Amino acid sequence: MSSAPALKCDGVSVRFVNNRQSVTALEGVSLTVAAGSLLTVLGPSGCGKSTLLRVIADIVRPQSGEVSVLGTTAAGARRSRQIGFVFQDATLLPWRNVIDNVRLPLEVGARPALPPGAIGPEELLRLVGLAGWERALPHELSGGMRQRVAIARALLGGPRILLMDEPFGAVDEITRDRLNEELLRIWRETGTTIVFVTHSIYEAAFLGTEVLVMAANPGRVREITPIGLHEPRRLSARETPGFMRQAAHLRAVLETC
Amino acid sequence: MQGGQLAAAPAPAAAPVSEAAELAFVAAQRNEQLRRILLPLLGGATLLLAWWALVEIFQVKPFIAPAPQVVARTLYDKFGLLMSNLAPTAMEAIGGFVLGNFVAILTAAVFVHSRNVEQAFFPVAVLINSIPVVAKAPILVLLLGNGLAPKIAIAAIICYFPTLVNMVRGLQAVSPQAMELMHVLSASRAEVFFKLRVPSSLPFLFSALKIATSTATVGAIVGEWIGSQIGIGALIIQATYNFDSALLYATVLCGSAFSVMFFLAIRAIELWVVRWETGVTA
Repeated sequence: MSSAPALKCDGVSVRFVNNRQSVTALEGVSLTVAAGSLLTVLGPSGCGKSTLLRVIADIVRPQSGEVSVLGTTAAGARRSRQIGFVFQDATLLPWRNVIDNVRLPLEVGARPALPPGAIGPEELLRLVGLAGWERALPHELSGGMRQRVAIARALLGGPRILLMDEPFGAVDEITRDRLNEELLRIWRETGTTIVFVTHSIYEAAFLGTEVLVMAANPGRVREITPIGLHEPRRLSARETPGFMRQAAHLRAVLETC
Repeated sequence: MQGGQLAAAPAPAAAPVSEAAELAFVAAQRNEQLRRILLPLLGGATLLLAWWALVEIFQVKPFIAPAPQVVARTLYDKFGLLMSNLAPTAMEAIGGFVLGNFVAILTAAVFVHSRNVEQAFFPVAVLINSIPVVAKAPILVLLLGNGLAPKIAIAAIICYFPTLVNMVRGLQAVSPQAMELMHVLSASRAEVFFKLRVPSSLPFLFSALKIATSTATVGAIVGEWIGSQIGIGALIIQATYNFDSALLYATVLCGSAFSVMFFLAIRAIELWVVRWETGVTA
């Protein structure tokens, strides 16, 4: 686990220009994420959390700074399908049924055949608890189920890094709790490095092995806090005094952002 | 309205309330379905009756306006003549529909890939569209002669613009996140086009195609007004000049019946192709 870092940002700055106004989304962001860890990113809106994910996924090019993903560039990691991305809303193609949505990565781009030993689409649906829903169309599913399909799609081909941009922001709390536990199970079973953006303190502290707190205007790193919950984590861990202390600390840090 | 249906389910004291309520609900549903079919029929019948009454009361001359039963008679008697004139009109309308929409879809695909081409040629399309059909028709007849070609061309031109506008909108109606997803998957431009843009444009395309069914028919008929011997448009002109109002009305009815069937056919294809838009628009 303490091998080479899965990803490394060094002085990354991103500026957007809109309406002749330049907005600094990220300024001098440096961080290192160890392979196999689950980093949650927490911060007020407009702190560049989503932009940071998009820099790592090679969707946004930084104006300055270095990004290294699995020892190569972000573009290289993207092209070799080492990055899975889960968006805020599921972004399923509404005309494709569930299994065909999960298969999409096999039909576009370099069309990589599944690496030997990689989990297939049907198996992934079982992993996210949607066995039996293969033929359903997205509009027949609930929001939480759609997001599970998106996770299965992102995991197809066995990417070594999974980037998640507030994936459970739009689902109700009960579903969110269940999805949180399932995500931890998937993380343990697949060993994928996960960067998970959220604006919930409890979600950040419960899921993360580390929490990255970001400040806004301009977006920058405020603090990186390791979380020491006993594995495997259970939802009840959120009621322990240790967890409460961590959450209180994160809240205090956020108030200074 | 409910009385008759409810009487069929006399709830005995022992029967559970839910069962009676269920029966009443089903009866109400059936009533509603019946209403939806009966009321429009009733409306149509009223209109026919009013038409008949007006012609009778005011003793309208047959060459001014025919009574409905005379039109029905003509439809029956001259069915052969009407159909032999509908056939070329239908061919022109369908031919123009296929040609105009096909070119519109291709143009939209080019526009979406090149902003320069779009900015250069979209105003031209707007300009041509702004010329009324009746003004375009003689020009095309001069250019293309007197056969099927000018009528197909008019029907095609009239279909072209709405489909172009809708198709461009449809091809661009792709969420930014879906584009990001395709980028993360390293999809090529062709893959983005065929796997993302084309399917998401289909609901837009079909709403344009449904409009195009009636405009293509109008285009074909207007084309036949100018120096044509055959077709619904030619028959309309002939019947008018001969003061044969019954034939005129029967011809118009044939034209609109074709237009309606054309629309329903496209609607049926839409229901079969665009299955994901049921209820929720994703």
